[in-house]
Amino acid sequence: MRYVDEYRDPELGKRLVDRIHKLSTRPARIMEFCGGHTVTIFKHGIRQLLPPTVEMLSGPGCPVCVTANAELDKAIALAKEPGVILATFGDMLKVPGSRSSLQQAKAEGGDIRVVYSTRDALAMARDNPDKRVVFLGIGFETTAPTVAASVLQAEAEAIHNYFVLPLHKLCPPVIKALLDSGEVRLDGLICPGHVSAVIGSRPWGFIPTGYGIGCVVSGFEPLDILLSVEMLVAQVERGEPKVEIAYRRGVKPEGNPQALRLMATVFEESQATWRGIGTVPQSGLKLREKYRSFDAEAQFQIDPGPTLEPAGCLCGDILRAVKTPLDCKLFRRVCTPEHPVGPCMVSSEGSCAAYYQYGADHE
Amino acid sequence: MNEDTILLAHGSGGKLSHDLVQQTLVPLLSNPLLDRLDDCAVFDLSGRLAFTTDSYVVSPIFFPGGDIGKLAVCGTVNDLAMSGARPLYLTLSFVIEEGFALGGLKQIVASIREAAAEAGVKVVAGDTKVVNRGGADGIFINTSGIGLVPHGVDISGANARPGDKVILSGPVGDHGVAVMSRRQGLEFSVPVDSDCAPLNHLVAEMLGASPNIHCLRDPTRGGLVSSLNELAQQSGVGIRIEEARVPVREAVQAACELLGFDPLYVANEGKLVAVVAPEDAERVLAAMKGNRYGAQAAIIGEVTAQHPGRVVMKTLLGASRLLDMLVGELLPRIC
Repeated sequence: MRYVDEYRDPELGKRLVDRIHKLSTRPARIMEFCGGHTVTIFKHGIRQLLPPTVEMLSGPGCPVCVTANAELDKAIALAKEPGVILATFGDMLKVPGSRSSLQQAKAEGGDIRVVYSTRDALAMARDNPDKRVVFLGIGFETTAPTVAASVLQAEAEAIHNYFVLPLHKLCPPVIKALLDSGEVRLDGLICPGHVSAVIGSRPWGFIPTGYGIGCVVSGFEPLDILLSVEMLVAQVERGEPKVEIAYRRGVKPEGNPQALRLMATVFEESQATWRGIGTVPQSGLKLREKYRSFDAEAQFQIDPGPTLEPAGCLCGDILRAVKTPLDCKLFRRVCTPEHPVGPCMVSSEGSCAAYYQYGADHE
Repeated sequence: MNEDTILLAHGSGGKLSHDLVQQTLVPLLSNPLLDRLDDCAVFDLSGRLAFTTDSYVVSPIFFPGGDIGKLAVCGTVNDLAMSGARPLYLTLSFVIEEGFALGGLKQIVASIREAAAEAGVKVVAGDTKVVNRGGADGIFINTSGIGLVPHGVDISGANARPGDKVILSGPVGDHGVAVMSRRQGLEFSVPVDSDCAPLNHLVAEMLGASPNIHCLRDPTRGGLVSSLNELAQQSGVGIRIEEARVPVREAVQAACELLGFDPLYVANEGKLVAVVAPEDAERVLAAMKGNRYGAQAAIIGEVTAQHPGRVVMKTLLGASRLLDMLVGELLPRIC
């Protein structure tokens, strides 16, 4: 398949692995921020191929995982409101909140429907004028523009029964918060590919200049990752951290101006709460005053009750890369994809799910 | 009264039921055992019998490459074939939702007839029930099947031995992708037909090449990986496969990339996995390649004494990863 097969080519892969082995003499601690990258790394067994000098850490870049319990509880409470259809991406269904999950709320009669895009949710609002359709706005800069577009479309068509629960999160501020915490020492960062397709590579500039850590924007195929690791190792060896793009077929330095415009039109930056990381200023998006009539938070009286955190769950520490799933006493024993305790075991891009599914502990 | 739809009365046992059976079902599925219309089919059989049952609730009912009727025949025929049995007779039960189109039912019965003819099985008994609107999702079908296991054939999921070869009959994931592409809410179409097919003739030809096949399994729900895990656990052995050897159609791969699925976990309805002794592998493979449903068969790996109960795959880049059982339903990813 074009654009896929050539990025999985075993011969080219071996050549890249050889080059990394030859190049790497100094220790290089590299974090892949994005859960999609974590999956690629585990699915293709990339950690096993790297020299001992290169250490890979998984970061918090999984939108499902970083959604705080309080936010989930809000979505679950909304889904129980009479006359509400809650439209959500499928990944969110099984994530446990304080007392329940969307899947449980659905079984108890909540009208919760899985959609593949905001267009599906908008169509649902059009087709069900007597219902109120709430789209669960989860995701990073990747999904936010499509949500913004749906709000503008709803406005243009005067669809008054379409709402968004805006739980979007922004990546550069949280990486800054992570680095400021000083908990994790890094030499290189693999920056998210699809987030960068929207925001470009320039917003990462503060990382090499402010923290002396190299950044490479990567695609999601195994050769993309290997190339990014090679570029980061080269930066470490030369002692010259900078921002580079290894994903030129998807990412430009300036990003996608149209998507950025859509986001800026509908949303403004706001404080957001991240699971495991806490409240980070300017790291979330809320609807601008002009679009308040589409804001589920403003239009619904929701009382989700007090927030509870699952005892013993290390998702928060794992998201900050200070622990790995193998450090968690619940991993594989109590917490499995069938009976997840924390979100990192639910999301297909969660670290725990990747460790579990691809057997990081099988050998 | 709309005569083109199924009514509750079609399942009442009265005149409409009688007409439905006599005019729609029996003529299409006619054979001497069915045509007697007694309370049960009566026949002689001797030897080792294989007996199985399955219910079919697929949504959508009609999908590219087949429908629920074809599936109901092939699924049960294939379950019999996976024990090495020669399938002979099927029962056929419908649970139909009130208001279901009669034309749809006729199309389904025509598919059943066609699939049964290809498999060489006879539908010898049946039943039709109609439930209130909302009581079922269109139509549900149950089929049970009975077959004869040839002398000297001993196929079981517990028979895999270290050193055995693992053979796959063709590309994986076609059925799951074909069905998913027609599910409500998906805004793309994929040029993929379901692989739904009766595999009993393929199995007969494989047994002709070597009666000593150790295991057979049809990787339906849960896909290839789930079947391999079942075999590894039942036999208490490890299985190692190579990613590069597992055939996947490009369109299936593309659809899976888009939806965030792994084709190795996506359902098939016309594929089988065989575990055979190394000395028989090439002969069985050659026999498979001679059948239309095994033309793209390949040896994808082998049985090992290491990591019993687990399936490990050598990735394209030469690393290895665990292939664990599918957990829960396949859900699309969000970014």
